[in-house]
Amino acid sequence: MSTATLPPPLTKKDFQTDQEVRWCPGCGDYAILSAVQSVFPELGIKRENFVVISGIGCSSRFPYYMNTFGFHTIHGRAPAIATGLKAIRPDLEVWVATGDGDALSIGGNHTIHMLRRNVGLKVLLFNNRIYGLTKGQYSPTSEVGKKAKSTPFGSLDRPFNPISLAIGAEATFVARSVDVFQQHLKETLKHAAAHKGSAFIEILQNCNIFNDGAWFSLTEKDARSEHVLQLEHGKPMIFGKNRDKGIRQKADGDIEVVQLGNGVTEADLLVHDAHHPRAYYAFLLSHMEHRPGFPTPVGVLRSWEDAPRYEDVMNAQINEIIAKRGPGDLAKLLRAGDTWQVK
Amino acid sequence: MSILSEVPQVKPRREVLDHAVIRFAGDSGDGMQITGSQFTNTVALYGNDIATFPDYPAEIRAPAGTLPGVSGFQLHFSSDDVYTAGDACDVLIAMNPAALKMNVADLKPNGILIVNSDAFTETDLRKAQATSNPLEDHSLDKFRLFSVELERLTKRALEHLGLDAKSMSRCKNFFALGMCYWLYNRSMDSTVRWIEDKFKNKPLLAEANKLAMKAGYSYCEATEAFQISYEIPPAQLSPGLYRNLSGNQALALGFVTASQKCGLRLFQGSYPITPASDILHELSQYKDFGVMTFQAEDEIAAITSAIGAAYAGALAITTTSGPGMALKTEAIGLAVAVELPLVICDIQRGGPSTGLPTKTEQADLLQALFGRNSEAPVPVIAAATPADCFWAAIEACRIAVKYMVPVILLSDGYLANGAEPWRIPSLDEIPAFPVKFATERNSPERYLPYKRDPKTLARPWAVPGTPGLEHRIGGLEKQDVTGNINYEPLNHENMVRIRAAKVAAVAQDVPDAIPAGDQSGDLLIVAWGSTHGSITAAVKSQRAQGRKIGHVHLRHLNPLPPNLGEVMRRYKKILVPELNMGQLLWVLRAKFLVDAIGLNKIQGRPFKQMELEQKIEEVLQ
Repeated sequence: MSTATLPPPLTKKDFQTDQEVRWCPGCGDYAILSAVQSVFPELGIKRENFVVISGIGCSSRFPYYMNTFGFHTIHGRAPAIATGLKAIRPDLEVWVATGDGDALSIGGNHTIHMLRRNVGLKVLLFNNRIYGLTKGQYSPTSEVGKKAKSTPFGSLDRPFNPISLAIGAEATFVARSVDVFQQHLKETLKHAAAHKGSAFIEILQNCNIFNDGAWFSLTEKDARSEHVLQLEHGKPMIFGKNRDKGIRQKADGDIEVVQLGNGVTEADLLVHDAHHPRAYYAFLLSHMEHRPGFPTPVGVLRSWEDAPRYEDVMNAQINEIIAKRGPGDLAKLLRAGDTWQVK
Repeated sequence: MSILSEVPQVKPRREVLDHAVIRFAGDSGDGMQITGSQFTNTVALYGNDIATFPDYPAEIRAPAGTLPGVSGFQLHFSSDDVYTAGDACDVLIAMNPAALKMNVADLKPNGILIVNSDAFTETDLRKAQATSNPLEDHSLDKFRLFSVELERLTKRALEHLGLDAKSMSRCKNFFALGMCYWLYNRSMDSTVRWIEDKFKNKPLLAEANKLAMKAGYSYCEATEAFQISYEIPPAQLSPGLYRNLSGNQALALGFVTASQKCGLRLFQGSYPITPASDILHELSQYKDFGVMTFQAEDEIAAITSAIGAAYAGALAITTTSGPGMALKTEAIGLAVAVELPLVICDIQRGGPSTGLPTKTEQADLLQALFGRNSEAPVPVIAAATPADCFWAAIEACRIAVKYMVPVILLSDGYLANGAEPWRIPSLDEIPAFPVKFATERNSPERYLPYKRDPKTLARPWAVPGTPGLEHRIGGLEKQDVTGNINYEPLNHENMVRIRAAKVAAVAQDVPDAIPAGDQSGDLLIVAWGSTHGSITAAVKSQRAQGRKIGHVHLRHLNPLPPNLGEVMRRYKKILVPELNMGQLLWVLRAKFLVDAIGLNKIQGRPFKQMELEQKIEEVLQ
C-alpha cells in the first residue's frame, strides 16, 4: 500500500464531539479531557477501537465529550460493564472515567475485583476529595474533619488512599498525576496506555466550586517542588526546591527523608523501580504522604507486566477447550446423557 | 423381623398399575437427591412419563437426624400422561425418624412405608422430637410398614471390601434404591453405569455402591419381603428421542441453542444463588460452544457485565433469584434506557428477603413487571414446565435481540429442580433468528444510534469497533434518533411513550391465547408458570365430571396475548390460581376490569391437584 492511500493521522480534533461541555468553568476536568484528547491520537489506535466507559458523577460525563464509542452507565458499575465488554472484545482499547465517589464508595467492590482480575482497562480516577454532582458532600477520600453539606461538624471516617487501595488489590499498574501538570499527565497516560493489564491512574483534580484548593499544597508554584516527589523508573528519588532532599532506604527496609550534602549523595538514595515484582514496595511509596516531612509521590508507582490479562485467559481457556474437543455440536449436546426412543 | 415372619411365604404377586408416586426422604447427608434422581432416570429410560419434586433444606447439612435436616425427593411415574409430582405417595422410604415424621402425612392409607429401623434408637428419636417410637406405638398401623435394618444389612454386604464404617454406612441409600428397583421390577443397569462413571477414580467406592444396591435388590428377592411387586408399563408419549430434563438444565440448553440460532456468542454474567446456580454450572461446561461464563463479584456486576457484553455484541444473559433481582433493578433500568438486548432469568423462591431459598413461589411477577424506578417496561415471559424452560429461553432471546430490549424470564424453584421427559427436537424445528449489526452510517452526517425500525421500534445495534459509527449512549434521557442528551419536558414524555410502545409492539409476536379444554363455558382458569401441571390435571379431572372449563396458561405476561380480554368474556367465571397473594389476579383485574377470583397458596410448595379441584367445585357451586 502506498502512503498516499493511508488515512490522514488522527488529531486531537478527531476526538472532540459536537456536544457542549457542561463542567463548571474552571473545573480541573477540562484539563484532563484535553490531555486525553491529545494522547489518544498518538497511540496508533483506530478511533473506532476506542471505548470510553463511565459511571456517575461529574467525571463520568467524560464519554459524551470524546468522539469514540462511549457508554455513560450507572453509579459505580463502569468497571463491571467494561469487564463484560473486554471479555467479548479483548481487541478494543477501553478507558474508564470515574471519580472518588464512583470508584471508591458506591463502586468500590467492582474497582477491587477489576484490579485483582487484571482486566485490560485504563482507569482514570478523578480525585477531587468531594462529591460535586450531588453538590458538596464529603467523599471517601476527604480528610478527617471535612466540613461539608452532610458533615457540618466535620466528617469522622478515615479516608482511602486510592493508590494504596489499588496496590492492595494487586493492581499491576498504578500511577498518579495532577490535572494541572499537563505534560506529566500526558506522559502518565501514555505509560498507562502501554500497559497490558489494568492501569489505575489517580488524577488529583480541583473542584473549584465545592472543594477549591484541595490540592493547592501540591499544585501552587511555591509548594510544588517542596511537596511533590516525581517518580521516574531507574532514577533516584530527589525532591525539594533546590533538589536537595531525597528518599533513602533504611536497613530495616523502611524509608526516610534525608538532606543531601554532609556526606549524603545521590548515590545513597533509593532508585525507583516501577517494575519491582513485590507490591509492598509500591505500597510503601504510596504511604509517604501520610508521614510528616515526606513528599507526595506522583508518576508511575508500579508497572508490572507479569500477570495475564483476564480477558485473554478467559478467551484462551475457551479456545483450548475448542481445540481439544472440537467446536460444540449442538445436536449432540441436546442428545447428551441417557436417552430413549419412543416409537 | 416379626412382622414378616408371621406372613405365610408365598410367591410374590406382580400387579400392573398405571401410575405410582414414590418419595425418598432422609437426612440431607443421606443422598436422597441422588437416590431419587437415579430412580427417576431409570423409569424415564424405561418409557414412563414422569414428574419430580425435589424438596431439600436450605442448610447444606443441618444437624444430622433433626427435622430441619430432612431432604426429600418425590417422583410420579406413569403409563399415562403425568402433569404433577403427585399429591400423595404410594411408597415412602424414610431413612430416620425425622424423615418419617416430616413425610408420613403425605403417604396414602395402606401405602408402602420402608423405614431404616437401625436409625430408631432413643437418640435418633430424641433428635426427631418423637415422644414414642413410631415403629412400636401403632401410629403407623394404617400403612404397610417394612422395617428394614438398612445400616446393618448394608454393612454386612460390604464388610469384605475393607471400607471404613462411615463409608459403608453412606452406601445404605443404594441398598434402599435396590429395594425399590425390585419393588417396581426395574433394571439396575443405568444406575450401575452412573456409579461406574461417578466413581471412576474411586473403584472401591464404585464397587461398594453397586454391591449395596444389588444387596437391596437381592434382599427383596430372598426374603420375599413385599409379597407383591408392581409393573408400570411405558407411557404413550409422542414418537421421538427423549431424555430426562430439569428446568435449569433446559434453560442452559435453550440459551446455547439460542446463541447458535442467532449467531452470537453467549455471555452469562452470574453470581451464585439458590435455586439459579445450576444454570451457571451447566453453561460453564459448554465452552466448546464459545460460551463465556463470568462468575461476577456480586449480583450487580453479574448484570452489568452482561450489559457490557451485550454492548460488545454478545447474546447476554444473567441468571438469579428474587434477592438478586432486587439488586439488579437499577441495571435493568439502564438496559431499558440504552435499549440493549439482555435476558434476565429470575428463578423465583419464597421471600421476602432471604425467605425460603430452596422452596418455590411465584411472587416476583409484579417485581418483574414494575419493579424499577420510573417508567421502565420490559417484556416478561414465563416457563410452564421443566422442559418448557428450553423453549422459553429461546423465546426470551429472540424477543431481546429483535426489539433491542431487556427481557425478564421467570422460572421458579419447582421448575428449576423438577424434571420431566423431553422430546429432543431436531435442530430444524427451531427457527433461526440471525442478528444483523449496523455497519453503515444511517445518515449522511453522523451515525444516529436511536433511529428506529418502524415496525419493531428497535434501534440499530452498532458494536464498538465499527468504523464510522462512533456514538455515545447512556442512562441520561436522550433525544430520539440522535441519542443526544436532552432534558426537555416534551422530549422526555415522547421517549417514555416510545419505550412503552416498543414493548407493546412485542405483541405482534405474541400468539393469541387458545384455552385448553372448553372454548367457552362456566369457568376459565388463567394462570402462568409452574402451576401448569397441577392445573392441567385438575381441569382434566373436573371436565371428566362434566364441568365446562377452559385453561389459558400465559407464556407472555407482558405484553399479554392480544385476545385475552375477549377470551375471558366467553366464560361465566375466571379463576386465577397462583403461588402468591394474587399478582396476576391484580394485573387482570386492573387491565380488564374483570371480577376474577384468586386461589392463593404461599407455602413454598406447588399446588396439589386436590386443592385446585376443591376450589373449582366451590367456585362452580
